Amino acid sequence: MRNIYILLGILFSVNAFAATPQELLKQYEVQAKQENAAFTGFSADAGASFFRTERAHSNGKQVSCATCHTSDPRNQGKTRANKVIEPMAPIVNAKRFTDPAKVEKWFGRNCKDVLERACTAKEKGDYIQFMLSVK
Amino acid sequence: MKKWLQFLVLITSITSTSALLASGGIGEGSEGRSSQMPPVMNAKWKAECSGCHMLYHPGLLPERSWKAVMAGLDKHFGESAGLDAATRDEITSFLVLNSADKSANRRSSRINQSIPTNSTPLRVSETRYFISKHDEISASTFKRKSVGSSANCIACHRGAEKGDFSESQVRIPR
Ligand code: HEC
Ligand code: HEC
Ligand code: HEC
Repeated sequence: MRNIYILLGILFSVNAFAATPQELLKQYEVQAKQENAAFTGFSADAGASFFRTERAHSNGKQVSCATCHTSDPRNQGKTRANKVIEPMAPIVNAKRFTDPAKVEKWFGRNCKDVLERACTAKEKGDYIQFMLSVK
Repeated sequence: MKKWLQFLVLITSITSTSALLASGGIGEGSEGRSSQMPPVMNAKWKAECSGCHMLYHPGLLPERSWKAVMAGLDKHFGESAGLDAATRDEITSFLVLNSADKSANRRSSRINQSIPTNSTPLRVSETRYFISKHDEISASTFKRKSVGSSANCIACHRGAEKGDFSESQVRIPR
């Protein structure tokens, strides 16, 4: 009986949340066009520099996405509390950018902590485009 | 003579094992309460509270502390850890239900007793109980790259996420 519940749980969660990085990019594309009529497409290069550029945080520290995720997205990163973060690049970690709610949750948190504002749809799309370009 | 000795050892080990089993196993104190925190599980807690650090067992802090931690997730030790309201409420209930002032094990009781009733610590590592148990460990040991900070219990206590802080499971990494 218990197994059936577990099985149902897995089936349900797969149906409810699964997406591909490409589907996610499509959603961000729709948003990016709404945010800026001049939007022409996502850029892996812009994503790479967004990922690595350090910014002066109001707490006095220099921070970037790479502070935790390391500058090579194929590597494991580390949180401030010393816990390993699995790599960001889908080529080495197929789970990335497949759960829209999780992706939105972490963009929400990490953008606030690094940029002290929300990320734009363009920034999110560039970021994913860059991660997909990593071979 | 040798055979007799072997027989004696066998009998002794059988009887002591069954005595141990009858008493509920290792970790049962003289007061008849377990000294270790009981295993607990909630899927949302496990998923949402282990992304940035180890899972802190609910038996490490009293109810009022967990409520304060959960009410402040938007600014959680300098980071954004906010959750949607339903998830946050479910995790809060789970933490409260198994908190140090609700759990009967000796470890949780001692932690709870070491906290003045007029204070609400957000960190286990701030409690008098924690400080007294680690007074021989230097600040530089906690700062080692392999540890990070006193909050990273699991670097030294292998069983920390299960609430097991027994001395036999401790090893300070280099
Ligand atoms: C303070 C450390 C830290 C910083 C800085 C940081 N992140 Fe993260 N990030 C994390 C952690 C922790 C996770 C979740 C752990 C996991 O999924 O393995 C995560 C997960 C993510 C995810 C989820 C991806 C997925 O599909 O699983 C995205 C997207 C993300 N981060 C984007 C960013 C961006 C963009 C920046 C810079 C603006 C950034 N991060 C900076 C710690 C950080
Ligand atoms: C976005 C990252 C992040 C998430 C998610 C997160 N935390 Fe934390 N938490 C931290 C950081 C950073 C610290 C400070 C660690 C340090 O001082 O080394 C911390 C510390 C703590 C401490 C204090 C530990 C001590 O004794 O010093 C507790 C308790 C805690 N977190 C509970 C939780 C709970 C419960 C959740 C889930 C609802 C959670 N955390 C989710 C980042 C996070
Ligand atoms: C740098 C390594 C290190 C870290 C990090 C650490 N501890 Fe300890 N802890 C020890 C050592 C060493 C002892 C002493 C064991 C002994 O007495 O033999 C100890 C003892 C304890 C004891 C008492 C065990 C007993 O039965 O007397 C508890 C409880 C405990 N630690 C909890 C924690 C918690 C909770 C955290 C995280 C908030 C933590 N520790 C972080 C090294 C560490």
